[in-house]
Amino acid sequence: MKKILISSLLAILLSFSANAGSDGEKNLSKKDSRQTKDCFEGLNRATFSLNQGLDKAILKPVAKAYRSLPSPVRTGTSNVLVNLSSLITIPNNVLQGQFKTAGVNTGRFIINTTVGILGLFDVAKEMGFSEYEKEDYGQTLAVWGVGPGCYIVLPVLGPSTLRDTAGSFINVMGGDPYYNVSAHGNNHYLDRSDYMLTKTVSAIDFRSKTIDSFDNLEKNSLDFYASVKSLYIQDRERKIKNTKTGATIEIIYEDDWEEIETQ
Amino acid sequence: MISKKNLIFISFIIFTLTNISNSNSIEPDIFVQSTVNRASQVLSDNLTKDQKIEKLKSIAEETVDIEGIGMYTLGAYRKTLSEDQKREYKILFKQYFLKTFSSRLAEYSNPEIQVNSKEKLNKNYTMVSSILVETEQRPEININWRIYTKNPDDPKIRDLIIEGLSLARTQKEEFSSIIQSNDENIEALFANLKKFLE
Repeated sequence: MKKILISSLLAILLSFSANAGSDGEKNLSKKDSRQTKDCFEGLNRATFSLNQGLDKAILKPVAKAYRSLPSPVRTGTSNVLVNLSSLITIPNNVLQGQFKTAGVNTGRFIINTTVGILGLFDVAKEMGFSEYEKEDYGQTLAVWGVGPGCYIVLPVLGPSTLRDTAGSFINVMGGDPYYNVSAHGNNHYLDRSDYMLTKTVSAIDFRSKTIDSFDNLEKNSLDFYASVKSLYIQDRERKIKNTKTGATIEIIYEDDWEEIETQ
Repeated sequence: MISKKNLIFISFIIFTLTNISNSNSIEPDIFVQSTVNRASQVLSDNLTKDQKIEKLKSIAEETVDIEGIGMYTLGAYRKTLSEDQKREYKILFKQYFLKTFSSRLAEYSNPEIQVNSKEKLNKNYTMVSSILVETEQRPEININWRIYTKNPDDPKIRDLIIEGLSLARTQKEEFSSIIQSNDENIEALFANLKKFLE
């Protein structure tokens, strides 16, 4: 019953994404047609405020405490989480036709889980494996041509789009091997609470790395909600295109910069 | 037929002209490194926070095309501005930019930036790639600098792209959001800027 419910919800989200993705404004209005639409802005802003309250009361203080832990502890925790994320990345590499990368990531996972003691140490990196890029079902849907749909702020979980939310549902519908083993694995080692704990630590780890930049952004923003939305959408675009942040970067929206020459 | 003497003379002229035009041109990567070094020096100097901010502001005024960024961040709305509004916006944006830019930078104690490479996008723009070296508190950060090179003798910074996220685009979308949520009234943006600057 639960699966049917989730499947129906997923189908609704995806159809919404497909429609909204193809519903770009053709005319050159002041609203940039390339922007992800904020169809539920009022609700999103309310949820954003709620999340900010939760962040200030719970997540940020915990992340600050976490940041005071010794550096090797934080690095080890971060490594374990990245290693676990390979379990979602590898099937998505395959679904996106990146077979070579899937092979490399499988090798990385095996080495780091065994020699690297359950991922605590990134041995593969020391061995010269290429840089790891996370992939998820939201990115795969985008590669398959599903538009982002509307921007949505989820309670507790934060910024997303309808497509990316649908992608997250796929994780708990069998797309995340770690979830399958911990929630339905019938084993003595892992249960659903371990999965929840991992997700919570993952959020704390991410928040601890972004305390200063978010504080700075909030202090210097006229509209913090709009800044966070823009950054989320840019980050997803970069991840979907697998654009490297380093030496060679793909320049999007170049025409915007050229246009100001003529003003 | 051009005589040998004339050919030598023409070559001399071309050589001299080329040399003159290149004489003061500054390579974008060297420009970024020198700007970063100047800012780094200020941040590590034994100065009060306010003194640091003042010095950083003067470096920014010299090296950043604040007016160009201001126009970019308005997006399509810049076409709707009257001359008076344009003048007012330029003043407001400059104050806003310098305030946020310097306060953002002043948080760092001694950032170490390594410039790695450059990529010419077209005759007007070169992208310079660099990394902000990691510290105990944060991992290594990739920073790309969009350098406006229309006048090669006086390159200017037009955007910083941090880990793939463009500051100029974020600013543009933030401004656009304010205008849109105020019935497309650009004066609402001006009011917000003024309030921020108080």
